[in-house]
Amino acid sequence: MVPLSYYLVLSAILFTCGVTGFLIKRNIISIFLSIELMLNGVNLSFVAFAAQWKALSGQVFVFFVMVVAAAEAAVGLAIIIAVFRTRETLNVDRVNLLKL
Amino acid sequence: MTPNLHVWLIPLLPLIGAALNGLLGKRFTRQTVAAVALFFSGAAFAMASWVAVQFPSLTTPYEETLAQWIRAGSFRADFAFYLDQLSLVMLLVVTGVGFLIHIYSVGYMAEEGGFYRFFSYLNLFMFFMLTLVLANNYLLMFIGWEGVGLASYLLIGFWFTRDSAASAGKKAFIVNRVGDFGFLIALFLLIKHFGSLNFAQLFPTISPMSPETQGVGLLTSIALLLTLGACGKSAQIPLYVWLPDAMEGPTPVSALIHAATMVTAGVYMIARSHVIFDRAPGALTAVAIIGTLTALFAATIGIAQTDIKKVLAYSTISQLGYMFLGCGVAAYSAGIFHLMTHAFFKGLLFLAAGSVIHAVGGEQDMRKMGGLRTKIPWTFWTMTAATVAIAGIPPFAGFFSKDEILWQAYSSPQGSWIYWLIGVITAFITSFYMFRLWFLTFFGEYRGAVADEHSQAEHAGHGTHMGHNDPRAGTPAPHGHGVIHESPKVMLVPLVILAVLSVIGGWVGYHNIFENFLAPVFRSGVALSAEAAQAVGSTQPRTEAGSTESLLMGISIAAALAGFLLAWLLYHRRPELPKRIALALNGLYEAVLNKYYVDELYATLFVKPLINGSSRLLWQGIDQHVIDATVDNGAEGARHISDTVRHMQSGNIRSYAGWVAAGAAAIIVYMVWIGVR
Amino acid sequence: MIHLILFSVFGIVCVAGAVNLLVQRHPINSALSLVVVMGSLAAEYMLLGAEFVAAIQVIVYAGAVMVLFIFVIMLLNAGEEEQTRGSRVAQLFGIPGMLIGSALVAWVLVERSGTQAVPAGALPGPPKTIGWLLFHDYLLPFEITSVLVLIAIMGAVVLASPPRAVQQSKKES
Repeated sequence: MVPLSYYLVLSAILFTCGVTGFLIKRNIISIFLSIELMLNGVNLSFVAFAAQWKALSGQVFVFFVMVVAAAEAAVGLAIIIAVFRTRETLNVDRVNLLKL
Repeated sequence: MTPNLHVWLIPLLPLIGAALNGLLGKRFTRQTVAAVALFFSGAAFAMASWVAVQFPSLTTPYEETLAQWIRAGSFRADFAFYLDQLSLVMLLVVTGVGFLIHIYSVGYMAEEGGFYRFFSYLNLFMFFMLTLVLANNYLLMFIGWEGVGLASYLLIGFWFTRDSAASAGKKAFIVNRVGDFGFLIALFLLIKHFGSLNFAQLFPTISPMSPETQGVGLLTSIALLLTLGACGKSAQIPLYVWLPDAMEGPTPVSALIHAATMVTAGVYMIARSHVIFDRAPGALTAVAIIGTLTALFAATIGIAQTDIKKVLAYSTISQLGYMFLGCGVAAYSAGIFHLMTHAFFKGLLFLAAGSVIHAVGGEQDMRKMGGLRTKIPWTFWTMTAATVAIAGIPPFAGFFSKDEILWQAYSSPQGSWIYWLIGVITAFITSFYMFRLWFLTFFGEYRGAVADEHSQAEHAGHGTHMGHNDPRAGTPAPHGHGVIHESPKVMLVPLVILAVLSVIGGWVGYHNIFENFLAPVFRSGVALSAEAAQAVGSTQPRTEAGSTESLLMGISIAAALAGFLLAWLLYHRRPELPKRIALALNGLYEAVLNKYYVDELYATLFVKPLINGSSRLLWQGIDQHVIDATVDNGAEGARHISDTVRHMQSGNIRSYAGWVAAGAAAIIVYMVWIGVR
Repeated sequence: MIHLILFSVFGIVCVAGAVNLLVQRHPINSALSLVVVMGSLAAEYMLLGAEFVAAIQVIVYAGAVMVLFIFVIMLLNAGEEEQTRGSRVAQLFGIPGMLIGSALVAWVLVERSGTQAVPAGALPGPPKTIGWLLFHDYLLPFEITSVLVLIAIMGAVVLASPPRAVQQSKKES
């Protein structure tokens, strides 16, 4: 029998990895992948709690999270393509036209 | 049952005229503008005459409320009108003389620019003056008071493109403001202590109070402050300095505002407030002293002036001093009597002077006139009538009123022989300088020959016509070329009417008709002391001291004739004498010629320190270094802060990500800490 | 016992994939690592008895979203990452902050949840029940997410479409 806390720690580790990748990666797509990793970690938490408290709402929430993640991935990648067209680079440090 | 006289129409008609001419006059023809102005001022005069006809059947005082105005707690002031004998006299004088001057102006201003503006302002002035005279409470009177000051400013500075005219307008307004300050404080005191400004409520409340013979009490303070206001409006010492400068305005303005009506507002106000003054003997004395001194002072200045209008201006100040003297010895009806006759002959003098100036093509320096007697006969004869009247020679109007004042100055309980003596001396000087003017202008050789062309440029500051495109202006040597011309009929008819009034206007003083007419006004509320009751409005002193009065009358006539003789000697018989006398009395002459340097004194004492203080302390010190600095430094500070903070906006997405993560971490820490506590 | 072993195995695979995602320089490698993570997560869900969610995870997440990612990576032909100077803020504040934050979160979760055991596959989680929940209790969010997806589709189409000038010039030529 696996204690709940193990699942939660695993979730936390995944989330942490996601945030780290978000901060240190320079390729935009890698950053997006890190975001997806974060979402997955959170999904694990949801399902773990759902299992513990015998509430199916947790899984329903996972469903919604996935839908949102899919939508966000689609739009985000579209934006990346648009940016790539104009800037010719996927390096996030080069996309700094917003500076003062 | 008191009939409703619709007295409110009298002020309102000129207001409508002013509005019509002011708003639409630019598009009217000159005839239309003149027609509108004359119609409305004439209608006001007709209405006033009708009211006068109805007057005997009224119970006085007649009050009429037009509209509710202020209700603040127990304090009430309404747009309401108050008609009694005093206001009836003022009403007739203002509308009558005003209407005549409107007619005159049609001719005088015929070639001037801004025709519609002039008549709009003139009607506006009539509106305010009538409001002042007919008001039933001090607050409405104050509106009229301020309004006539405004109209005066607008009309003095009528030719506003000329610097001297604009400055004169400002000077008039500002000096008047000093007086208004006193007036306002007096009003505040009245409200505070008596709770009302309505004549009908205020005077009965004050009546039972006894005169303040010791020290300066409440009523004396109020009276003194009212006097300050009157000094400003009626050009007495120390606030007279605006009136000579006001001659920058067109001559009809000088006639109407600065001779016949506005400057008499102060006298009217004192007469109206007689209830207060009767119970403040100290203030009455102050009024009498101010009046006497001003009369003498201004008369001495008048003998050396060379501009015809300035002589008349100082003469006005001097005559106003007489009216103040009359009021100051509690002979209010005498003061009002002189007010009325003065309106006739001084108005006539100014209008005739305007006619003279018009005749010689804009010249105002008397040294360049002369011999005009044969060339402009109508003007000559009317001006003669006015001059004789002001000199106080019977049976002309000025004699009766001036003599009444002098008699009251001598015999009234508040009077003293000193007032009388100074009054007689002033009468002598008045006669002298008026006949000097008369001789210089109308007799001798015409001295304006060659100087005509130069005079336009030299005397630019003497109120010459603006935009006078008359071909006569450049024509030299009017000798015998018929260029000096009599004024048109539209200007002469008012002169004649006023001349007739100057002759017969004083005859209402016979057998004290006038005094008895005004008596009900001044009897009500007079302190009930035996002497005072005797002095005002009764005929007893007259018959008792008849011989003294006749003696004094003879002395004043003699003084007037002496003045005439001296002027005849110096300016007709031996014209070289004045110059020698002037050289002999060099310092004194210079002082008198420069008006005793009073303007310069005021400039040093008040004007320059005020301007310096304002620019150094208020402008640079406070406005620039405190207020502007606060705002500017605030803006600078904001810029600095934003300059520092903007580095957060690096455009670098990863640093944004870093900030987001840091911020999220902070929030999580905070929430954990909250939860764990 | 089996439960624990299985959990550990798939957990380690998960973490390894995550770390590999961080370490790899080429985005395609990171994407494939992420697929690995998702797969092992699906196994974890199964262990928790959420079959439907596991299936969804594989089909939608790993099968559609990640494939989209890989398509885009290949489309853009992005090479290995360059070593550009990053942001000092990210390194200085971000990483320590995030580490602290997640450590705290983990600690809290562990504290609160206790060591109750989660039974394996003890959830009544057939798809039918989930469907019931979706269309009854969570109908509104369901409909809204469908609108959201629609918007995302439109946005993606608009954003990713070639610029109109290029299109017009292509038409003319």
